[in-house]
Parts: sequence; C-alpha cells; structure tokens
Amino acid sequence: MTEPDVATAPTSAGEPRPPILEVRDLKKHFPIQSSGLIRRNIGAVQAVDGVSFAVPRGGALGLVGESGCGKSTTGRLITRLYDPTSGSMIFDGRDIAKLSNKQMLPLRSEIQMIFQDPYSSLNPRHTVGAIVGTPLRVHKVVPEKKVLDRVRELLEVVGLNPEHYNRYPNEFSGGQRQRIGIARALALQPKLLVADEPVSALDVSIQAQVVNLLQDVQREFDIAFLFIAHDLAVVRHFCPDVAVMYLGKIVEIADRETLYSRPQHPYTQALLSAVPDVKQAAIGGRRERIRLEGDVPSPINPPSGCRFRTRCAFAQDICARQEPPLLQIGKSHKVACHFASDLEEMHREPITLKLLGVDRSGTPVDGANPSEERVPEPGFSEDWTDVQTLRKESAGRAGTT
Amino acid sequence: MSSETFHRTADQSARGAEHEPYLVVDDLTVRFPTADGLVQAVTGLSYSLAQGKTLGIVGESGSGKSVSSMAIMGLHDYKRTRMSGSIRIGGKEIIGLSSEDMRGIRGGDVSMIFQDPLSSLHPFYSIGYQISEAYIAHKKVSKSQARAKAIEMLERVGIPQPKSRVDDYPHQFSGGMRQRAMIAMALVNDPKLLIADEPTTALDVTVQAQILDLLQELQRDFNSAIIIITHDLGVVAEMADEVLVMYAGRAVEVGPTRELLTHPEMPYTWGLLSSVPDVSADTGAQLIPIPGNPPSLLDPPTGCPFHPRCLHRDKVPGDLCRTELPALVTAARAGHTKRCHLANPDQIYETEVLPEIAPDLVELVIEDASHTNAGEGAAPGEAIAPENR
Repeated sequence: MTEPDVATAPTSAGEPRPPILEVRDLKKHFPIQSSGLIRRNIGAVQAVDGVSFAVPRGGALGLVGESGCGKSTTGRLITRLYDPTSGSMIFDGRDIAKLSNKQMLPLRSEIQMIFQDPYSSLNPRHTVGAIVGTPLRVHKVVPEKKVLDRVRELLEVVGLNPEHYNRYPNEFSGGQRQRIGIARALALQPKLLVADEPVSALDVSIQAQVVNLLQDVQREFDIAFLFIAHDLAVVRHFCPDVAVMYLGKIVEIADRETLYSRPQHPYTQALLSAVPDVKQAAIGGRRERIRLEGDVPSPINPPSGCRFRTRCAFAQDICARQEPPLLQIGKSHKVACHFASDLEEMHREPITLKLLGVDRSGTPVDGANPSEERVPEPGFSEDWTDVQTLRKESAGRAGTT
Repeated sequence: MSSETFHRTADQSARGAEHEPYLVVDDLTVRFPTADGLVQAVTGLSYSLAQGKTLGIVGESGSGKSVSSMAIMGLHDYKRTRMSGSIRIGGKEIIGLSSEDMRGIRGGDVSMIFQDPLSSLHPFYSIGYQISEAYIAHKKVSKSQARAKAIEMLERVGIPQPKSRVDDYPHQFSGGMRQRAMIAMALVNDPKLLIADEPTTALDVTVQAQILDLLQELQRDFNSAIIIITHDLGVVAEMADEVLVMYAGRAVEVGPTRELLTHPEMPYTWGLLSSVPDVSADTGAQLIPIPGNPPSLLDPPTGCPFHPRCLHRDKVPGDLCRTELPALVTAARAGHTKRCHLANPDQIYETEVLPEIAPDLVELVIEDASHTNAGEGAAPGEAIAPENR
C-alpha cells in the first residue's frame, strides 16, 4: 500500500537495501498486580527493554537467545499482538507502534506470522480451505468466487496437494501442518513475516524441508523475515544478520560471518561454545566449552548495570554500576559489553570508559564529558570506532584518574 | 558386537552376568494392537551395552526409539502389548517378569529421564518428597534419612541452596532445574543403567550443555551405562561411544560413534547428516532434506523400509530395495553394521554426499582413511580409498 521508496527513515549505507522495518528502543513491560480488591501495580516483567534493530527489505534478521529472553515477545510486538509500552516501529515509513486496532487492520496483511506449534495454531474444526481462505475473505483481496482457486494455488506453492483443501488439520503430519501455517501467512502476500520458532517442533528430516520452503518463498515473493529461533545453526543458515538477546536486551548484533566467527560478547561466545557439533565425532570427545552457571535472572528485577554480569566470568565492578551501551565496533557489528574482545583476549581491557565518562570501577569522573545518552540506531551507521581504538581511548581515560 | 546373535540356552543365561554386557537386547519385537490394526513399533532389534559406556539411539519420531527403551523399563502395558525377544539386564530376563519383580528393578538398577520434566514430575508433591519416595521404595531407610539423601542429590546435580529448595514444588523450578531434579530422582539409587529419553530437547543450548556435562560426570562417578535417545546428532557426537540409528522400528545402522558419523553407509544416516545445518558450514549451501514423510508403522513399506524416501534406490540393481529387506550386515569397517543393499556406500558417500553437505570435511575423511590404511595395512576400506586420493 505504501510505495517502497517512501521509506525515508535514516538508513545505513552498509545495507544493500533500505530497511522495511526499523525498531527503535522498543519496550514491553507486563505489569504485575497485587492481590486483593484494589489491584495496584507492584512491578513489571521487563520482557523487552529497549531493543533496536532493522530488517532489510527482502532480507532476514535472526533473533536468538535462551527461553525467557524476550525474543518471542519482540515478535508479537511487531505483529502488534501485544501493544508496546514505548518505542517506535517504523514499518514501510510508518510508525505502527501507536496505531489503533482500526488503523492497524489494513497493515496486518503486510505483516504476518508463522507460529511454533503446528498443532495448536490451526483450528481443528476448520478445513484447510477455511484456514487458508479466511485471511483472503477478511481482507477481501479476492472476490468470494476466486477464494478457492487462490487457496489451491497457495497449497501448491507450499508443496501440498491442492485437492486437499477439504481436509482437516488432523489428517496432516507435523511438517504438512507447518506448511498449512505458511500458506496462511503467505495468503496476503506480506512484506514481512515473523517466524517464531517455525521448525523447532518438527522432526530433523522435516525441518530441512520447511527451512528450504521458507527460503524459496522468501526468494520468490521478496519477503523480509524476522526469524526467531533458539537453534543457532538454523538461524545462521537462514539469516544474513543475527541479533543475540539476553534478558530483554540485544547484547550483540552482526552479520552472520562476524557473529559466528568473531563474537565479542561473552554471552555470545558461551552460547556458541555450547552448541553440540556433529563434526566433533571426527575429532572425538567433547569440546572445551564455556560453562554458564545458574539460570537466567528474573526479568522482574533484572541485575543492575550489565544484565549478564551475574553469570559472566569476566564481570568487574563497572559491570554492576554502568549499563554497557550497544556500540558499533565494525562495519556491521554492534556489541554491548564493557570488555568486548575476542575470547582469547579474556575480556581484560574496558572499551567504554571515555564514552561513559567513568573510571575503571564505573564511578563517574568529574569534568568528563560523557557522550550524550543515546538510543541505539536501528541499523548500522557509516562511522564507527573499532575495539582497539576504543580500548586505547579508555586506557587514556583510566590513566588521567 | 551389537550385531552378534546371542544364542540363549538355559546354561548361558545362568552364567550370563559374568560374560554378557550389562544390558542385552536380543531380537526385541514390540507390537501394539489398535483399532486400525497392528502397529509394528519395533521389529527385531538387537543391541548390547556394557557398564560405563554410552549408547546413542537416533531416529525420527515414530522410529521406535522410545518404545524400545520403555520396554527395557517394563513400562508397556503387558496385557495390551505383544512383545517377543529378550531383554537381559545384568543377566536377568525382563520380558515376562511379573510387575512386582519389575518394580524392584525399575527406579533401582535401571532408571529413566524423560523428555518433558514438567509433565513427568507430580505437581502436587514437593521435589524433595518425590526424590525421597524413590529412595524409600528401594532402600530400607527412614524418612529423615531419605530427606537428607534428597538434599544431597539436589546438591549433586547442582541446584543452589538445596536445603531450602527441597520443599519447593515443580512449578517453582525453572526448566533446567526441573530437568536436574528429575536427574537427581533417577540417580538416587545409583542405577547401573540410565535411559535418557531426549533429556535436553526441551532445553536451551546453555542448559543443555550443563545437563550433558552433568550426565558425563555422573557416569564417571557411578560407572553407569547410559542410553541417550535423541534426534540431535551433535549431542550423539559428543556423548555416545556407540550409535544406533533406527528407522521404522528397525536398527538400520550401528557402529562406534566416530566411525559411524565419519563413514556412514546407510542413505538414511546420510539424510540425517545433510538435513541439519552446521554452525560452521557454508551458508550458501542448501539443506538437503529427506523427501517425504516417515512411514506408517501400521503398514510399513515392503523391502527396505526406507526405500520410498531413498535417493540412491536406483543404484541397486533390479527391484531389490522394494522387494527384499536388507539384512543387518557388517559394513566396510569393523564393528560397524548397516542395513542397505548398496554395494559401495563408502564411495557414494565420499563422492556424492559429502562434497554437498560438508566440503571441508572431505579432506579430513580422506586423510583419516589414508591414515588408517597406513596403520593397519589391510583395512577393508582400502579398496575404495586410493581412487579418491
């Protein structure tokens, strides 16, 4: 409905294509109410707490993290199944964060969702034809007479027999059901698909079929994907850009080559080292891995400063006092860690002191002029400072105190 | 070893405990009569497992991997299930055992960790109660001793502040902690055989790593035999000493982990390996899925059960794949058996499959092959290896 070139929000030069979705400082806090007659708010689950990212048109951004890190909530915010607490979501040049349901209705056809569980996301009492045809009827994209033809077309696209439109979901296997869900999402020719763990409920041999199908439809219909998954290998396979979330925040975001080969955040490094690898069989035994102790802290009362510090082997005083900003340290690489470095360098030297105007322990220094508190930009900017320079600057700062 | 047929004589089963591995499953067949017909869940499955070793069972849902393991635990309703063959634990025959005798073994010498910790723990009872219940059932101990044991076990599996958490209920634990609590429950009687049915499927990778570490540690301490049932070949690669690949209720490939994952000879195993992306693989490569769906066990395909989905069927002369079930025969290398008609699977794998799924592994395998050949001289794989160098 909007012309593609109207997307005038500031774009990063590194991106080959302008973003279709720009999310800026998005927050979702679920209120916790006290018991009793007067239900007062006594706190909030900070499920998503200030995330910013951009999804390029026709591209794919992967969102990974442990359960409870807010990745699914982010997906539901973007489809507006939840109303955001604050922040903006520029979709195709338009901020959809504050639109009313009525204003949202025409836009819903452009953002569709694929759900994790192919069993509970299809109505068992509707035929496949009704399930896939409903979006067409609601949005009146084709006249009633043509709905069935379109449904058959869609079923064929996702690799199902078009004559099966009369069947019920229980007559299909898990992989086929997921295909029905994909056909329903494709019915309205969306520009953005939010895929929330689309393959994790499927058998291994079927997973590959569905991943390939998603890649085919992406290419064919030029759909952008926000791909939410906890399987790092699948995300790497599907998404050129990957963001790692921890407790409601993005801790690292980069193109996949950088993120998987040179991660700078200790959490990303731990996450990657924990993935079991088939090739390990050729070498034998188990790999050295970084052990993360304990569980993810509660998002009701997250740790001060860096949220990962309670499980981080490299945490120092500054990590409890100052929250690390999401800094761009490469052409398409951002990280939120005071001690960002390759794993071999053991995260010894801070990189954020000059920027925050603090000393090594995280106490603000008099006379320092910390850079303006900034909300991270959704995309990648053209000017950035690499880790070495930041480290040198910080060392200079530490020396003066 | 696993392919050997154990001839059961009265004499042998008496002396069995000394000579046999701890667990021997011999020609196990499990059938469930249903309204739709007879479900042939497991057919002619044989394997064995010694103490201190880990066996990984891999396969899709419905391949019979859970059914065969539940048979070891005696969890099938014996009135409605038709079982034949033999399962011997420490020399003792399990099939046909009375449910009372079975209860003495289950949870004691043999215990199981289930996939979903939330639905396998009782929501009404505290974690500590559920752990001590298992202890009291098998040992003559008082309640307070059992409670102390429960606290000790919780500490052993890494639950922080076990003294205060012991009276918590399952819903107060996180997913990883529940799985740990269930492991604590399974290990409370120092079992000699532990069956872990998809122990980490519901968990995040970091928690998965913790649980796998824990299992390995416990295996070192107790010298238990472990069966890990999973569909994640990565988990198998890191944990198991031996792998059993199941398809449609049958073993289709068995071998030592390293051997089987570097020189798989059965097209189904190739399919499993090529359909999962790898964290270090080329991102441009397409995944090669196994076409079609797993077969129905009500009416399994004739001949090789995998033939309707097999990409290499046309390489076998005649209609052999469709008409005749291949026997589980020794593969090119020792200790490795497979169920396939292909004459030269090693060659097909190295020239056709491997370059597509993991180009960087080709060298490794060939290097490895030449290495083994140099070391052993007349290795069975030698006939193939030189052509590829």
